[in-house]
Amino acid sequence: MSKTQELDRVVIRFAGDSGDGMQLTGTEFTKAAAEAGNDISTFPDFPAEIRAPAGSLFGVSGFQLHFSSGEIHTPGDAPDVLVVMNPAALKTNIKDLVDGGVLIVNSGAFVEANLKKAGYTSSPLDDDSLAKYRVHAVDISHLTVTALDGSSLSTKEKGRSKNFFALGLVFWMYGRDLENEIRRIHQQFAKRPELGDANVTVFKAGYHFGETAEVFQTVYKVPAAKFAPGTYRNITGNEALAMGLVVGAHLAGKHVFYAGYPITPASSILHSLAKFKNYGVLTLQTEDEIAAMGAALGAAYGGAVAVTASSGPGIALKQEGIGLGVMTELPVVVINVQRGGPSTGLPTKTEQSDLFQALYGRNGESPVPVIAAKSPGDSFYAAIEAVKIATTYMVPVFLLSDGYIANGSEPWPLPDVSTMERFDIAHRTEPNGYYVYERDPETLARAWVIPGTPGLEHRIGGIEKDFLTGNISYEAVNHERQTKVRADKVARVAQSIGELDLRGETSGDALVIGWGGTFGALRQATEELRAQGRRVSHAHLRWLSPLEPGLEKIIGNFRHVMVAELNSGQLITVLRARFLIDIKGLNKVQGQPFMVREVVAALEALCETATTSKTAASAAAAHASQASPV
Amino acid sequence: MSDPAPKLVKLTKKDFESNQDVRWCPGCGDYAILATVQRTLAQLGVRRETTVFVSGIGCSSRFPYYMNTYGFHSIHGRAPAVATGLKVARPDLDVWVITGDGDGLSIGGNHLLHALRRNVELKIILFNNQIYGLTKGQYSPTSKVGTRSGSTPSGSIDHPVNPLQFALGAGATFVARCTDTDAKGLGVILERAHRHKGSALIEILQNCPVFNDGIWDQVKDEPAERQLQLADGKPLTYAGGTMGVRLGPNLQTELVKIGDGGVAADQLLVHHDRGSSAYAYLLAGMTHPDYPVPVGVLHVEDKPTYEAMAHQQIADARAKHGEGQIDELLHSGMTWEVGADGTRH
Repeated sequence: MSKTQELDRVVIRFAGDSGDGMQLTGTEFTKAAAEAGNDISTFPDFPAEIRAPAGSLFGVSGFQLHFSSGEIHTPGDAPDVLVVMNPAALKTNIKDLVDGGVLIVNSGAFVEANLKKAGYTSSPLDDDSLAKYRVHAVDISHLTVTALDGSSLSTKEKGRSKNFFALGLVFWMYGRDLENEIRRIHQQFAKRPELGDANVTVFKAGYHFGETAEVFQTVYKVPAAKFAPGTYRNITGNEALAMGLVVGAHLAGKHVFYAGYPITPASSILHSLAKFKNYGVLTLQTEDEIAAMGAALGAAYGGAVAVTASSGPGIALKQEGIGLGVMTELPVVVINVQRGGPSTGLPTKTEQSDLFQALYGRNGESPVPVIAAKSPGDSFYAAIEAVKIATTYMVPVFLLSDGYIANGSEPWPLPDVSTMERFDIAHRTEPNGYYVYERDPETLARAWVIPGTPGLEHRIGGIEKDFLTGNISYEAVNHERQTKVRADKVARVAQSIGELDLRGETSGDALVIGWGGTFGALRQATEELRAQGRRVSHAHLRWLSPLEPGLEKIIGNFRHVMVAELNSGQLITVLRARFLIDIKGLNKVQGQPFMVREVVAALEALCETATTSKTAASAAAAHASQASPV
Repeated sequence: MSDPAPKLVKLTKKDFESNQDVRWCPGCGDYAILATVQRTLAQLGVRRETTVFVSGIGCSSRFPYYMNTYGFHSIHGRAPAVATGLKVARPDLDVWVITGDGDGLSIGGNHLLHALRRNVELKIILFNNQIYGLTKGQYSPTSKVGTRSGSTPSGSIDHPVNPLQFALGAGATFVARCTDTDAKGLGVILERAHRHKGSALIEILQNCPVFNDGIWDQVKDEPAERQLQLADGKPLTYAGGTMGVRLGPNLQTELVKIGDGGVAADQLLVHHDRGSSAYAYLLAGMTHPDYPVPVGVLHVEDKPTYEAMAHQQIADARAKHGEGQIDELLHSGMTWEVGADGTRH
């Protein structure tokens, strides 16, 4: 009989061929952890190839889950448990496993051909190269086929169930509920019940193997986490974006019009929205990215809450259209689920390298508000805010997400939409005194007049227009005036956005500034450092344009300021130019999120560094005195 | 909009003229087209407020500014995409697209293809003058091989695209052609296009007096000899009924003399604008100077429109699942409750 050990938190990673079903295994185990009441954070990490050649190193697909009895903000730096389905998965993942970690290996896949493909000359299971781990070699391939003895499935089909054996095994390791999972498998394979039956058989076989074979001396229990009361669901970033758009349109008293072209990792936004037809959502899969942007503009002109989404290369194609949205002052939400670039880059990997593209990627002076979601669940609120700002200020709004939060998931407390502030849109219908570019004195937005309104017929377009009438104008001073007002309008968005998200004191040794999906890692790192007594604070920028008003006040109060971002230094360039102070960068461009320990190490080093001659504080003070003449 | 529909007062051509100065070159074929469109819309009794002109970039694309309707002058080649978004979001509007040979068939060829394929109810008027005018005279995708222009001083070497064959290949459900100065012919086509429930592509042979002057003169100046007037149910004849078109043994169109020394009238092809698209393709392939150029409606067919089907899917989803409630949306999938003690129940 195995003994039970209680743990606070576990990081587990499943890795195998891209055809091994590792994403499904990870997703199912995540559901079980959520059911058991753990806090969770996931990180699917897979190659761009759909079914890469079996056994190849580049075809390895992984899914990491962090589950805990306490609050967590990241999917974990390094796995405590690694499940590998073949030698290639071992080769590419073993370096991440913590020393003394549990390694579950499908020994059945460690045959000569696979070993060779992974670059092993002999099996690592047969030497002491894995001695520092707790290795459990289980012939999952064979046990799966054996469990399906007598089934009418082909040998090949039988073999495909092996991920469910691994799932059953870890269910037993962590004492997860079998029955719910069995129900889910039957549901998922309802259209092919024979596969559902086979998967359930193999799943149970894996579970009972753990129980009876006594492979593991210990089973583990991660108790439920404490959550704020409420109704919860598990949500990925892209699901949250889709729901946020629908709710945003609802709060505006409108419906969503979404145009998009398939692209990784943004496509699932379209998949989600296409299912929401009974909410009045219109989705249009266009012929290309440019058409998606054009259609969104057309729909916005017609009065819809218009949205398009893509990733880096697709956004590059949309930029001319976004410029047209800036010129015609139409509300469109443009979502960029960032991935590694340039060009096709790393389609399935995460990066924050499109900040410059969002801020500056168009011809002419073409400013737009830019907001970034910080987590899967936060994507919901970012989408609502983007809809609100776009429709209030009559401007395209960039909403930045990234591959990490788009595919990652976390438990999410359902909001009470009935208590959310509405921003119902009233289109102007009064013809008297109407001028196309007459502006609201507060927001500088022009009136959103839609076709179908008698007496307000007007023409808009990409050519520069007269400041008031909207007639074509090449007049020199008018162009400068319009250029300034387009920028002023974006600057005024600051009056509608929240305060700076600052965690920690308003002064200290180091301030780390981050944006977007790195929020969790930066928060975790700074919380750990403060718990050790370090005077470290964390400023999270939700808005990249305009910046939240609070930053300017505190940025000079720290001995050191560091911007941590998954690029070679984009926000840092913006902030240096804006505040004229020396800021350090923590940069990573590996297609992978920050590990908490990387951030901790960088901040520790910074705190140990003596203040440079040109201190952040003095430079900022100098700048402040310059900027506000008496 | 809660405002009651305004009383239908009979509008005139003047009501469709905007207060903007028309900025085309003197003698441009666009003036005649603009006047015919304004006059025809008044005759059709359409409402200004529900009419939208969407254009791309080029000389012709300035068109919306001169119409006292709603208008959107977009970016190069993208008018069909912008118009698709507008029409799908707002099927209640009459959406016209104004484009040219460069805008519609070069930079925007992809969008034109897909707008026609989807059968979005857009009335697309393509001004074909075989030249880039606004950029000062480069050859265009419809220029004949050998066209000398600023960018092709030794003559162009690429084969032109045939706009109507392109449209038919894309599955267009209404295909027609007219010359810029034929106000009567264009008026009839516009009226029929407006009535058509689906996308319409109308090619207008348009003259650019500055960079490609007279390119259609032969076709326009000798209409009897150089144009094949299409009339539904009538045989294909021209030159005062002395010449006709017959189908040759290899499915090619043959020009034949009718009557004495020629063929009998019953040998001729008879035009059916609801005939096969293969027949229409043959017609579209009759180009100047080898053939008289077919003008009129080449092809019509009925297909459901994209926007009608898109809205039908929404209606079906609502009939099946009920009008979506935000709370249900958030609760879809697996949810769980956390009680006051902070643990799951």
